[in-house]
Amino acid sequence: MGSTNSTLLKIPNVEVLMQETGFSPAHIIRLHDRFKALDKEGRGHLCPQDFGEIKELAMNPIGDRIIGAFFSPGKETVDFHTFVKILAHFRPVDKDRPKEPNSPEPINSRSNKLKFAFQLYDQDKDGKISRDELLKVLRAMLGMQVTEEQLESIADRTIQEADLDRDDAISFEEFRKSLEKVNIDHKMSIRFLR
Amino acid sequence: MAILQQFALLALLIIFCTSCKAGTLEVNSAEVGLNYSSKASAAEDTGTSTNGSTGGHGTSVITTLPIVIWKWPHVETPYLVALWILTCWLCKLVCELNHSITSVIPESGLLIILGFVLGGIVWGADKAQTFKLIPVNFFYYLLPQIVLDASYCMPNKLFFSNLGAILVHAIIGTCWNAGTVGIALWGCYEGGAMGNLNIGPLQFLLFGALMSAVDPVAVIAVFEEVHVNEVLYILVFGESLLNDGVTVVLYNVFDAFVSLGGPKINAAEIIKGIVSFFVVAFGGSFLGVVFAILISMLTRVTKNVQVIGAGFIIVLGYLSYLTAEMLSLSAILSITFCGVCCQKYITANMDEKSVTTLRYSLKVLANGSETMIFVFLGVSAIDKNIWVWNTGFILLTILFIVVFRFMGVFFLNWVLNQSRLIPIDLTDQFVMGYGGLRGAVAYGLAASLDEKKIPEKNLMLGTTLIVVYFTVILQGITMKPLVQWLKVKKATQSDLTLNGKINNRTFEHILTAMEDICGRMGDNWWTRHWNYFEDKYVCWLLMKSDARKHKDPIFGAFHKLNLEDATKYVTEGESKGSLAFIRNCDSASVDFKKKLALEYADIMPDIMADMSEYDFGIDNVPVTSVMKNPIPSVSLNIHELDKKSVSDDLNAHHILDQHLYKSRRYNRPTYSRSHYNTSENPDEMQEIFQRTMRSRLESFKSTKMGVNPAKKLSKHPKKDSTHKPNGKPADPHRTHPYGDEDFEFSADSASSSEIAGHFPRRNTSTPGAGVDNPAFIPEMDTSPPMRNPPWQTETGNNTAVAPSQRAQGRLPWTPTNLRHLAPLRMSTRSTDSFAMADASVDDETPEEKPGAHTRL
Repeated sequence: MGSTNSTLLKIPNVEVLMQETGFSPAHIIRLHDRFKALDKEGRGHLCPQDFGEIKELAMNPIGDRIIGAFFSPGKETVDFHTFVKILAHFRPVDKDRPKEPNSPEPINSRSNKLKFAFQLYDQDKDGKISRDELLKVLRAMLGMQVTEEQLESIADRTIQEADLDRDDAISFEEFRKSLEKVNIDHKMSIRFLR
Repeated sequence: MAILQQFALLALLIIFCTSCKAGTLEVNSAEVGLNYSSKASAAEDTGTSTNGSTGGHGTSVITTLPIVIWKWPHVETPYLVALWILTCWLCKLVCELNHSITSVIPESGLLIILGFVLGGIVWGADKAQTFKLIPVNFFYYLLPQIVLDASYCMPNKLFFSNLGAILVHAIIGTCWNAGTVGIALWGCYEGGAMGNLNIGPLQFLLFGALMSAVDPVAVIAVFEEVHVNEVLYILVFGESLLNDGVTVVLYNVFDAFVSLGGPKINAAEIIKGIVSFFVVAFGGSFLGVVFAILISMLTRVTKNVQVIGAGFIIVLGYLSYLTAEMLSLSAILSITFCGVCCQKYITANMDEKSVTTLRYSLKVLANGSETMIFVFLGVSAIDKNIWVWNTGFILLTILFIVVFRFMGVFFLNWVLNQSRLIPIDLTDQFVMGYGGLRGAVAYGLAASLDEKKIPEKNLMLGTTLIVVYFTVILQGITMKPLVQWLKVKKATQSDLTLNGKINNRTFEHILTAMEDICGRMGDNWWTRHWNYFEDKYVCWLLMKSDARKHKDPIFGAFHKLNLEDATKYVTEGESKGSLAFIRNCDSASVDFKKKLALEYADIMPDIMADMSEYDFGIDNVPVTSVMKNPIPSVSLNIHELDKKSVSDDLNAHHILDQHLYKSRRYNRPTYSRSHYNTSENPDEMQEIFQRTMRSRLESFKSTKMGVNPAKKLSKHPKKDSTHKPNGKPADPHRTHPYGDEDFEFSADSASSSEIAGHFPRRNTSTPGAGVDNPAFIPEMDTSPPMRNPPWQTETGNNTAVAPSQRAQGRLPWTPTNLRHLAPLRMSTRSTDSFAMADASVDDETPEEKPGAHTRL
């Protein structure tokens, strides 16, 4: 327990972080270890290259987008707080947690999870998934299996499906609506250490 | 009315039943049940044939030539079997007549009750139960197809992602149930709760083992009606399916112990028993996987014998069952894993028709035998000989199976919840426990007990029957109210959407990435590595090469959606009687027409209306109302033609028309023994394509395009630029970024748009004046040039040619993969894709750049 506390103490503002993310001390320590492991040079922050070295991530067709999601625009580094906050999106929703009416929406809420997914598509951050943006993602994911024409028609059809205001792009609201029936809590959660 | 019908059918049933019975009265064989085992029936056949021959040859000293003779003994067995099948299915028909009853009592329960009635009739006539469910028949002829169907239709992904939990419940849960029920009953017996019985502890364990079989048939029948959420469904379903296999294994182990006798059992034997349990269970599963691989590889090459393609799978599945039985491995597990594993590859390898055939034939077999099982569970009960009543034994059995089932389920779920991402909540657990319906497997095992080893066999059999009735009827009836009362999460009705599919994929990638970043080997890690392995090796081995290309589920979803729309379109068009090309086109084959109609459906304006309903109706957005009426926007939205281009078009159409491909008539036989689509002629397709392209090219050399949907233009600057030089640079609309929103047309175009207002309808609905008809010129003038480009408008009238021409224009790929290539962009606003495509190829040969056409 002593070591736990000492590790925790090393992290600044750990209380606030736990409050915001809902991670337990054990989680934080685990993530901190991982953070340090990724941060090979011990700078206290990660840059895109650090992520690039995770070799499984290189196999991921949309890996670079996901890495990009860790970095707020214009920034080249991510510190531990941001790192944990991003990962907190994927914490399963806990039902037992008392709901305080005034408390801000937890990071792992449904709409925050969706927002995370949405911004992976919306690379130019204009609040809309345009056809080209969708096409890029599709191309990455479907790869060689379909022809470019098919890809385009899939993209067209996908946009039509979700596009309610007929602007040929998917806004976040439309995105959310199109996934209304999907159980996001199940599909956008991973099990961190218990 | 319905009641009358029911009575009529019941009367019919009774008649059938008596006729069945009449048959047996003559030959008083005790075991003329349904479905003789093949050996038995063969023996019987030879028996009857010798009988018949003696009889027949006896009368060979006939005085005169008989015109007809009564040959009942010849056909007796198959006749009885067929009659019983018919009777059972009629029972099902009766059950399904009135839905107000089936919504209260599950169908399985009703069938059992009808079985009582039938059994009563047989008993009343024969004074003995001449028909009953014999274990051999049950295990070899009725069960396999049910298991195969259930496993083949298992939602694959869901099954494998919950495989851990399912296995825990199926293996540990079953052993727990068997052990505890057996021991507890034995304890009560020792305590004197059931009087004097000749049952030892091992026999009790054996009984416990057979009682632990949760029946998939009964469970599915009940759970399908209540629509519980999918995780709960797969847990119960998967568990009940695998649990059967485990039960049989367990039963065999205990059976061996019983025959070994108490004193001979030592530690070594027990260890052997445990080892054999695992070997039998996993060996059977492994054998199933091997057969799945065989089946998948076989379906790679069954293209030429499509008609029996489905048969291969059924036969091989059955063989996997029999092979496992032969090797004394678990047959049920074998066929289960066979079905689960081969499903994906079969679907990819075989063409859609065969897959549908397979599904349907499996369903027919499975549903049919399921019905028979339930009816015979009822019939078998009406037999004085099997009833040995022992209140204590029966009541305690019911109590214990329920109690221990709940205990097992709760405990195992508690353990599982420790490591589950989404814990199974309490109500779900309760329903799982309550869903432990016993069924035919338990009865089959009880019936195959050996009376020499187990003197109280009849007591066990009777008790099993009562337990089956108790669980299937009582629990079945109460299940629905219970689910409603507990507010168990129901399955969400989700439509297939591309968005859902694509985002699912994205989510998967995100999750694996997150796990990688956290440095954790989670569930997604395994999934991903399996997928990788599968992509690399398994698919290579088991899938056809072209199937590999198109196996992507997103593309599959896209394809399916398009097919759905097309079907919808055709249905609607036919109901309105407006699919002129279908009506008039009398080319040799129906399939051909149908297929083209499907493929080309999406070009038609009506589908747009459909589409908008389909896409947006769900969301209840007011947009729907706007979109439902596409016509006004259509006529505005399309490229308009100036007068010059109209005349150009007329010329073009003349040329086009002359060069259009008139489909050749092949005098093929309409009936073919081994093919059901005889009309796909690649050469023809190819020719149509080439000729179409050529004529279109010619026709548009001189044609000026109107305003294209600017959306597209803006997205395809390259195509736009190819268009400009030879198009009409003076067109003011060309520069407008959003032409389709801009309705001020140039002066000369106004006339055509005005006209378009008068003729907003789909051009196919205009009575088919052939293009050869000179009348086509005035018609051309009036027809709306808008949604479909003029050449389409015209060819729409030329019914013999239109489908192929349009379809080819739409789908200029090689005919072989025509199926896979769904029509492309279909949007209420995808106004005129053709114009775009043609614009871009104006100065290139179409053969060189088919992509430009396919683009739209």
